[in-house]
Amino acid sequence: MKLVMAVIKPFKLDEVRDALTSIGVEGLTATEVKGYGRQKGHTEIYRGAEYAISFLPKIKIEVAVKADLAERVVEAIAAAAKTGQIGDGKIFVFDLKNVVRIRTGETDADAL
Amino acid sequence: MRNMTKFKIAAAAMTVLALVGAVPAYAAVDGETAYILNTFSFLVNGALVMWMGAGFAMLESGLVRSKNTATICLKNISLYAIAGLTFYLIGYNLMYLDVTGYIGSFSPFWGPVDTEALAGTFADGGYSASSDWFFQMVFVATAASIVSGALAERIKLWSFLGFVVLLTAIIYPIQGSWVWGGGWLSQMGFSDYAGSTLVHSVGGWSALTGAIILGARKGKFTADGKVNPIPGANLPLATLGTFILWLGWFGFNGGSVLALGSAANAIEMSNVYANTNMAAAGGVIAAMILTQIMYKKVDLTMALNGAIAGLVSITAEPADPTVGAAILIGAVGGVIVVFAVPLLDKLKIDDVVGAIPAHLCAGIWGTLAVAFSDADATFLTQLIGVVSIGAFVIVLSTIFWLILKYTVGIRSSEEDEIMGLDKAELGLEAYPEFGQGSQSF
Repeated sequence: MKLVMAVIKPFKLDEVRDALTSIGVEGLTATEVKGYGRQKGHTEIYRGAEYAISFLPKIKIEVAVKADLAERVVEAIAAAAKTGQIGDGKIFVFDLKNVVRIRTGETDADAL
Repeated sequence: MRNMTKFKIAAAAMTVLALVGAVPAYAAVDGETAYILNTFSFLVNGALVMWMGAGFAMLESGLVRSKNTATICLKNISLYAIAGLTFYLIGYNLMYLDVTGYIGSFSPFWGPVDTEALAGTFADGGYSASSDWFFQMVFVATAASIVSGALAERIKLWSFLGFVVLLTAIIYPIQGSWVWGGGWLSQMGFSDYAGSTLVHSVGGWSALTGAIILGARKGKFTADGKVNPIPGANLPLATLGTFILWLGWFGFNGGSVLALGSAANAIEMSNVYANTNMAAAGGVIAAMILTQIMYKKVDLTMALNGAIAGLVSITAEPADPTVGAAILIGAVGGVIVVFAVPLLDKLKIDDVVGAIPAHLCAGIWGTLAVAFSDADATFLTQLIGVVSIGAFVIVLSTIFWLILKYTVGIRSSEEDEIMGLDKAELGLEAYPEFGQGSQSF
């Protein structure tokens, strides 16, 4: 099992969700987060004075899937979240040891 | 000349008649009808000016951080109340009663005298005494409102209100007597129709000396001299406040015709309403275009300041300019704001809401611009008025601020400032259910 975590542009969330649903992903968790990358945020002007936005708003999504689906999940997220502009985000893949569905007590692959 | 004697009003009315021909084309209304209409104008236009207090409260609430919102609301409603009390106590008589040239009478407790009207005698241009007092009183509050915005987020509540007492009881009435009370500046020919200098610059000068003596908010300027903008908490409120001020300004300038007893008065008041509106429009558009060009993005708060600056600019002479001239006068006000805001930042003067650019800088411009549209005004007399009132207010307000600073203190403690004055001074939050989530990074 794999846990795919991706940080994406907020306005791409719906497209990413649709792409994941279409390849059979059953659920995901999304969190509003803030962060920065190589550009270190950006600057804005308020009343004539420049100021730095050090942390940009992003959405973090987490998807737990069977190992054989992980590669397609990564591809689907990369395709749906891509604008080609700075700040499209990153995808991280982790090995997932255990899963429990709380309601039924099912574990691992059965719980996904 | 704002509170002209009955004789002067009669003379002015005759001049108007002379201008339109010895025999007016319209039938003049009788004395009592004119008296009623004049009084009506003072009351309704005055009520509009009172509503500007709500405009300042909302504008300032929107441009401070949420942790200081309740305090700025309290300052706005209390300064309005204080302005009425002081104007009743000594202000009105100091400004209008037996003005000798430089100051009126120190007789306390103003009260209405309407003996002639109650006996059935109506002088030309007459109005009830209380309607006049009410109309003049709401103007004092406007001057004080200007100070509260500039000094927001770091001044102690009671010290600020102490200054409001001194401003409304002493500074405002004395300089007002020089012009609207019939004193030396009005005799010289200085003209300020509704108060670009007398109201707005007076508030602006007081805000400027206060901002310098009080110092900037913690974190506004870094040690190496860079500006750290502190965005306002609620721009819809700031926009609502600006709309309310714009609405109130029709009373501010329109009511300053001081009469509605004839068609000539009604025409003048209508022209004033139209010019006032168009100057504000010019200020908004000028500020928008300029910020788009200079910063590649439109700055809403500058557009809001631009509206105020346009209104302040036309206030010194809203009756004489053509509509086109009014738009230009207002637009220059909008341009002034866009340049004056960063200039103040360079000088390390922290004006939270842009009150100094919009009220002081645009007020000076509007007062000088009278020379372009009013044939009776000269640039020199306008300049003398701006400089003499400016010097008077700078000196007196500096003395008052320093007295307050070295007796009761004017600056909130650093801890209070960081926590927010709402919790420190009032023990509450303006938006208790929203927390400080937006400020956590």
